[in-house]
This record gives sequence, C-alpha cells and structure tokens, in this order.
Amino acid sequence: MNAVLLAVLIVPVLGILAVAAGAWAGNRRLGAVLGTVFAGVGLFAAVALGFDHSGRPWTRITEEWVPQLKLSFDIGVDGVSYPLVLLSAFLTFLCCLYTAWKGTERGDALIALLLATNVGMLGVFVSYNLVLFFVFFEIVLLPMFAIIAGWGGPARRRAAVKFALYTLLGSLLLLVGIFVIVTQAGTGDILALTESGGGGLSRGTQLLAFTLLALGLAIKAPLWPLHSWLPDAHTEAPTVGSVILAGVLLKMGTYGLIRVAVGVAPEGARQAAPTLAVLAVVAILVAGLVCLAQTELKRLIAYSSVGHMGFVLLGIATLTQAGLTAALIGNVAHGLITGLLFFLAGSVKDRAHTGELARLGGLREVAPGLSGMLGFAAIASLGLPGLAGFWGEAFAVYAAIQRDQTLWTVLAVLAAIGAALAAAYLLRMLRLVTHGPPGEAVAGMSGTGLRAVEVTSFVPLAAGALVVGLLPFVVQAPIGEAVSGILQAI
Amino acid sequence: MSPVAWALALPVVPAIAALAGFLVPSAARRTAAGVGIAGAAAAGVVLFLQLGQEIPELPDTASSTLDGPVLVRFGDVAVTLSAGVSQLTWWVAAIVVLVALLVQVYSVGYLLKGDERYAPYAAQISLFTSAMLLVVVADDLILLLIGWEVMGACSYLLIGHDRKLPEAPGAAVKAFLVTRVGDVGFLLGILVLGFHAGGFRYGDIAAFMSESTGTTIFTVTALLIMLGAIGKSAQFPLQTWLPDAMAGPTPISALIHAATMVAAGAYVLVRLSDLLVKGDVRIVLGVIAMISMVLSALAALASDDLKRVLAWSTVSQVAYMMAAVSVGATATAIFHLVSHGLFKALLFLGAGAVIHMAKTNSMERMGGLRKGAPVTFWSMTIGFAALVGLPPLSGFFSKEHVLSGIYDTRGQTVLFVVGLVTALLTAAYATRAWLRTFFGETRTEGLSAHDPGAWMLWPLVVLAVPTVGFGLFAGLTPLLHGKTHPTAMGLTMTAVAAGIGLSFGIWRGDKAADPARALGPLQRVFARGFYLDEVQNALVVRPVYFLSRLARRIDVSVVDGAAEGTGRGIGGLGRLVAIGHRAGIPRQVVSVLAGALLIGAAAVVMGVWG
Repeated sequence: MNAVLLAVLIVPVLGILAVAAGAWAGNRRLGAVLGTVFAGVGLFAAVALGFDHSGRPWTRITEEWVPQLKLSFDIGVDGVSYPLVLLSAFLTFLCCLYTAWKGTERGDALIALLLATNVGMLGVFVSYNLVLFFVFFEIVLLPMFAIIAGWGGPARRRAAVKFALYTLLGSLLLLVGIFVIVTQAGTGDILALTESGGGGLSRGTQLLAFTLLALGLAIKAPLWPLHSWLPDAHTEAPTVGSVILAGVLLKMGTYGLIRVAVGVAPEGARQAAPTLAVLAVVAILVAGLVCLAQTELKRLIAYSSVGHMGFVLLGIATLTQAGLTAALIGNVAHGLITGLLFFLAGSVKDRAHTGELARLGGLREVAPGLSGMLGFAAIASLGLPGLAGFWGEAFAVYAAIQRDQTLWTVLAVLAAIGAALAAAYLLRMLRLVTHGPPGEAVAGMSGTGLRAVEVTSFVPLAAGALVVGLLPFVVQAPIGEAVSGILQAI
Repeated sequence: MSPVAWALALPVVPAIAALAGFLVPSAARRTAAGVGIAGAAAAGVVLFLQLGQEIPELPDTASSTLDGPVLVRFGDVAVTLSAGVSQLTWWVAAIVVLVALLVQVYSVGYLLKGDERYAPYAAQISLFTSAMLLVVVADDLILLLIGWEVMGACSYLLIGHDRKLPEAPGAAVKAFLVTRVGDVGFLLGILVLGFHAGGFRYGDIAAFMSESTGTTIFTVTALLIMLGAIGKSAQFPLQTWLPDAMAGPTPISALIHAATMVAAGAYVLVRLSDLLVKGDVRIVLGVIAMISMVLSALAALASDDLKRVLAWSTVSQVAYMMAAVSVGATATAIFHLVSHGLFKALLFLGAGAVIHMAKTNSMERMGGLRKGAPVTFWSMTIGFAALVGLPPLSGFFSKEHVLSGIYDTRGQTVLFVVGLVTALLTAAYATRAWLRTFFGETRTEGLSAHDPGAWMLWPLVVLAVPTVGFGLFAGLTPLLHGKTHPTAMGLTMTAVAAGIGLSFGIWRGDKAADPARALGPLQRVFARGFYLDEVQNALVVRPVYFLSRLARRIDVSVVDGAAEGTGRGIGGLGRLVAIGHRAGIPRQVVSVLAGALLIGAAAVVMGVWG
C-alpha cells in the first residue's frame, strides 16, 4: 500500500514531466493528452488506496528529513483525509480531461499547472507532519496564481495578485502557529500531538497556537470576514481554475482546521469554538443575502461557496463527532456540486459571452440540456434532501442543536434560516437564467447542444451528487471512527 | 420480502420510472408518456400485492419490524431506511397512485401534442409520485423529509412548466420558497426531536414521549413541525403560494394541489398526533384551521378564475382535515383526505376539460357549457356535489364525520360553528361556480361546448365512480368509519341547503351576472385573498431584499474595502520608504556612517552591561 501512496503523489509529478517532454518535442497536443493520462492514473492510484474502518491510518510512510526543523516525510491516509484525496484526484482528472479535449489555448501548460496544484493539495491531505503540511500548503499557491493570471478573465491580474497576497498572509500566520507548536512541543508529528492532547502545551499556548492556525486556515476556507479574495479569484479564474479553487482548494482550509488546528491544539479549539461558530453562521447569512443581490453568475456561485463553507465551519466548531462527520461530508458534497456549478457557468459564459444575469434568461428554450443540468446543480446546491448537499448542512445544524446550550441553539436556528436563503438566491438565479423569454445574450448563442466533452465532465459530478445524496454512507463509511480520534482530547 | 422492502417498493418503482424518463430523449414524447404511465401502474401493482401481506390496521410504532438498514451515522445518531405500511396509510398511498396514474394518462391528451418538453414533464410527475409515496411509507423522519422536499422541488419544476404564462416562473419560485419557510421549522423540529429521542423513527419518538415527563420540548418541536405542515398544506398564514400555483398545467394542479402535496402536511400531523397532544398545541392547530377554512372559502366565493376557486377550496378542505386532527379524530382526517383527493382531482381534471374548450380560466367568459359536453358537465357536477357534501357522495360522509368528530369533542363549540359556516360557504361557492360555468347563456361569442378526447375523458369517468361510491364503501370499513352524530348531521345539511339556496337565489335574479356581486366592495377584498400577498411582501419579501442589498454594499465597501485598503496602505508605505531611499551619494555616505556609528555604540553599550 505504501507504494500506492507514493504513487498518488508522484504520478502527477510525472505528468508534469510528460507535458514538458511534449512541449520539448514540439507536440503540445501530445503533452496535454499525456498529462491527462497521468491525471487518470493518479485517480486510479487514489482509488486503489482503499480503506478500512479502524479509525487509524491504514497506510503510512515515515522518513526523517530535516530533524533540526522537525520536518520529516511523514505521510499517510485515514478516514479524515481519504474522501478529500479522492475528491482532489477526481476533480483534477476531470479538469485535465476538459482542458485537453476542449483544446484550450496553451492547454498543456494549464494541465501541468493543474497537476502541480494537485500535488500540493494531495500533499496537504496526506501530511502527518506539521512542517511538511505547511510546505505542501505553499506549493499550491504559485500554480494557482499562474492559472488565474494566465487563463483568467479581463481582470485576471488584479484577482490573481489579490488571491496570492491575501492567502500568503494566511500562510504566514499558519507558519507562525506551526512554529509555536513545534518549538514548544518539540515535535511536528500531528498524530502524536493529537493523541497526547496537544503535546502537553499549556492552555495559553494552545489558545495562541489555535488562533494563529485558525486565522491562517480560515483565510483559505474562507471564513467571514476573511473571504473577500474569493469572489474576485473565482470570478476571474478560468472554468477549471474555479472548479479546483472551489472544489478542492477551499477544503485545505477546513481540512487543516480539523486535522491541524483542532487536532494539535484541542484545548485552544475548545476555547475558540464559540467564536468560530458565530463567524460561521454570520458567513452563512451574509453570503445568502449577498447572493440574493448578486448580478453576475460566477460571482453568485463564488459567494454561495462562502455560505456553504460556513456550514462546514459550523460543523467543525461544534467539536462533536456528528459535527465533524457533517463537515467532512459537506466538504465532499460542496466539491462535487460547486465544481459542477462552475463547469456549467463556464459553459453558459462560453456561449453567451456574458455572465450578467440581466442579459441571460430563457436558457431552457434555447439550450434545454444545459439548462436542465444547471437546474439540477442549483437544486443540489440549495441542499435538497436526497442530494449530496443536504447531509452536511442539515447535520451541521443537528450538531449545533446537540450542544444543547442557548448560544448553539440560536446558531442552529440562524443556520437553518440561512439554508432557506440559499433556496431563495438559487431559485432567483434559475429564474433569471433559465426561465422566461430568451435574453439577448442567450438568443444569440451558438452551439446550444451539450458537447461530448461537457457531458463527460458534468455527468460524473452530477452522478456523484446523486449517489452521495441517496447513499451518504459511501462517504461516511471511510470517515467512520477517524473523527473520534481527533476529538479524544476534547 | 420484509415489510420494509414491501413498503419501500412503493416509492422506488415510480422513482425508477422517473430516472428512466429523464434519460428518454426529448423527441420521444410517446415513450416518455408510456414510461410515466407504466411507473404509476407498477406502483398500483405493488399496492395490490400489499393487500396479500399482513398489514396492521394503524401505524405500529412499537414493533421493530419497520427498522431498515442504516443510511448514515452522525456520531451516536443514525438515519435509517425504515418504512412500513398500515391499512390507514395504505389508503393514502392508494389515492396518490390512482390520481398519479390518471394524471399521467390525462396529460397525454392535455399537453403531449404541442409540448416539446413533455419528456421531463412526465418524468417529473413520476418523481413527484415517488416522493409523496416516500412521505407516506417512511418510518424515519429524515427519510420522510427527503420525500417532503423532493416533492417541493418537483412542484417547483411542474408549476413553472408552462412557457406561455409569464407568471408561471414567479409562481413556481413562490411555491417553493413559501413552503421552504415552513420547512425551516420542520427541519429544526425533526432535528431537535431526533437529538432528544436518540433517533428519527416514529418509534424512537414514541418511546421518548412515554419516558419524558417534561412538556416544553414537545411544545416547541410540535409547533416547529406544525409550521412545516402549515406551509405544505397551504394553511394560514402560509397559504399564499397555492392560488398562484394554478399557473401550472391543470393536471399538475390535480396532482399536486388537490390529492397529494397539500395533503402531506395533514398526513404528517396525523402520524405525529401524539406529539401534538403531548406538547399541548392542538388548540393552535384548531385556530389555524378555523382561520384557513373561512378565509379561503370566502376567497373562493369571490374569485372569478375557475382554477383559483378550486385552489382556495383546497385550502378550506385541508383545513377540515387539520380541524379533525386538532380534536384527535385522526382516522377521520385520513378519510376526508382520501375522499377530498378523489373529488378534487375530478374537479381539477374536469376544469382542465372546461378550460380546454373555453380557452380561458375566467368564469366571466364561460356559461352554458353543459350542452354539448355531457361527460364534462356530469363529472364536474358529481365533483361539486361531493365538495358540497351532498348524500350519498364520498364528500358527504367524510365531511359529516369531521363535523361529528368535532361536535362529539366537548368544548369545541367555536370550531364546530366555524365548520358549519364553512360548509355553508362551500355550498355557496360550489353552486356559484357550477352555475357560472355550465348554466345560463354562453358569455363568449362562438364558444362551442364539446367533450375532450378519450385520453382526457376516461380519467374523468374513472374518478367519478369512487367519488360517488367511496363514502358508502368506507361506511363498511370500520377503520375509516367513525361515529356520525344526528344533530351534527342535521345542522350541517341545513347549512349546506342554505348555501346552495343563497347562491341559486341570487343567480336566478340575473343569470348573466356573477352572484358574488352581492358581496359588494368586499368581493374585491376576498378575491385578492384579503391582501395577504401584499402583507407578505411588505413584511418579509421587501425587508429581505433590502437587507440583501445592504449586505452586498457593506461586503464590498467595508469588508473588502478594509482588505483592499490595507493593500493600498502598505503599497503607499512602500513607496514612501522607497522615496526615502532615493538620495544622492553624499547623503548615502552620511547615512551609512551614521548607521555604523549607531551599531558601534550599541555594541559598546551591550558590552558594558553584558
């Protein structure tokens, strides 16, 4: 199994080399195809990791690297990380396939950058060493910057710089937090720190460390009011960039909160939890309201992510097994559904050449297939029971109720109201985009049928949202007892 | 097969038809229609086979035979695929399947020809059927919630189906959102209850209720769940969506807004009636039922749109079911649910035939349609008579049972009187609609009455039979047959006679004019549903939009402004420092020397102290 785990990380790197070889041989098309093939092999390797229900890592590799910095090459997979490893490999493969098939300009370079991002994201999910976690966390930044700046919309430069600087600020806080822990506890082993309830660090140190770590990770997640890089980045990024940003990149923040912040500073988490929960619920409500007044399709979907991630953060903040399970399922659901929404928004904008809601409309008359998919994705996104989004959001509310204290009950009620707001803005969006007589931008659309490349990219995501919705245990089963390990010190 | 599998087969069969229907290419409309009809028919076969099983009379919460496999586990609470059928719930499933099947057949005649989006339409009906059946058989409230909300989503899709109606998309959104407001309460109620009971099954909740001595938790959760039921069943103050939902195609009105979706709220309260008792909130339900039944009956009396009359009458009739639940007459509520499902579906499908020939919903432009359209006329007549409660039609028996049930409960005089007043109003508006549609002279030039084609005709005939006979049949079934009270029956019949007489008397004065003119200026108020739409807009919709614009402005100017401002500030600071570093060689040399001096001094000082 250890070889498979290594392969998960190395195969995308080989893919990048293959793209480079293609470019060196002067056949960029070949490079793009090879990169996509490697992404597919990487997905296969991720699936082949398999899982068990022990609640412990079922695969782990530990090698000393730079002991002076407490950096060791310590990677593995358990129930907390496995769903996200799969999600990352899956979305990356779909994005590479989409790019290669569609014949995007300089597509091979874009694929190489997607693979590089994937290496970083996978590394974040499998790291059991704090310093290694940070290294992988930073690897993601540059390729994503390049994706936005190189293939984005008209204001891509600005958005890319804002994304890079804002998240870099987060990384600095994260780094300081990590070194507070590493220097005080004398180890960077996340699992050991989790088992010992924070390596014997004092309450004050834990609170300081948790605050620093949580701030750094919250920027990525993003947590209100640290979210304002996200709408610009998501809106300006190319379709595949938005899909990866929303689908996986944000999860580095929420995953890090569970694994690193809560895991290694449980006492700090306990103290900071109410604050985190309040901010999460504010995010749900504010994002819902902002979406209701939003006039651009991609920006609306981007803001909706802030709300959805609010539910995930609320689940984490409850520090209960139900809450963390809900958060992890919510992560996967959001990755599938919002990934699909961004793909669809890309297809709409490709055809209509605008995302302005006022200029769209009547899509179901002109492009019924696209419109139907958009309807499905929007209904999934509003948390309809029976589709993936429901479980994470409803049971984040449940976990808050479970805390059985006034503050948490109020938060649960407000979050539930936020879910109704989500229905309001998504149906408003559907009404403006799909219903009514065709708007000027829609009427002039060319190529209204769904292309094969689109069907191939959309259907797996839609099927995933349906399967996770009807059979949520497919995600919950691997998570299993793993979250109770993280919570044992609380 | 286990009882759970038997029960789950009911929603699963039409769900498969729905999935298959969504995959049918949109050009193959006939195939899609066939798949839809087959799905509903197959569910009917399952229902029939269930008769061969041993099923308990009433839902059984004590036994564990309904416990299904775990669907997902969150900490120590699990969601299970628990489901079951009892004789009482079997009747509800039966009316759902019957109406769904007839609606699928009827739609072939009503829509198929000119509608290129027929394939998804038929599939959505199948999905809708599946969702309602899930609500009926689910024994786990989270499972029920799936059916409950999927039904809402399907109603959204189906109400917005008609592309020619500019108001259809808005009505669809409204239907979903208003019920969703209720569902906030519904979800919270279920979650709180599930947390305290340690599970979401009816059995868990029953066990928790028998163990617990407190009442607050039950009061709160009962009210929350009631909020959801009120939204789904279009009861005051969440009734605003139902009249607008008439923008959907008429067969959809028959399916969603007569027999099934609105009935779901009443059905859930029947299943959770012990909770209402334990939480001591039945009085609240009684008050809501009273307001809803009178308010909507008055609106039906004044409305000119035939479908709106029927829609308002649905609110009023479902309020009877709620009233029955509020006095604990749960089997009676189900009796009225089934009989109302029959006659209201018949009325809507008949109204579809009327609208097909009149090309309008407005009764002002109808009249005299009985000549030439005998099947439509007689089936609508049977439907109206059942709505009014004329013996021996099904509506007579069920309404008598509801009112007798209320009469028999001590201390419910007000509710009984309001029920009587509603019976009078019902008789009045039904008579008015019947006369305005079918009698007098035709009020539109060149309008010739004719019966619809076979696809639309036969469902009317099929529905007319049980609308006549179900009440008599149910009289033989001890389960549904409660006690009727001679005094209650006498008073009800008097009220009905008065209502009919009132409408007929006014109509005879001027056969071309609307009898509702007797209401004077109130007609407008009633027809607009007491302006509750405007109230809803002023109290909820506009404030939310105001807040959303405010939130957007603040998010851009304050939250993002702070981030951008920090960036700009640091950039400015950098430029300032850069300017400071831009200097000629003499000043550079001076600075370097000064720096060296400073470092040297510091070293000396530290050396002295160190």
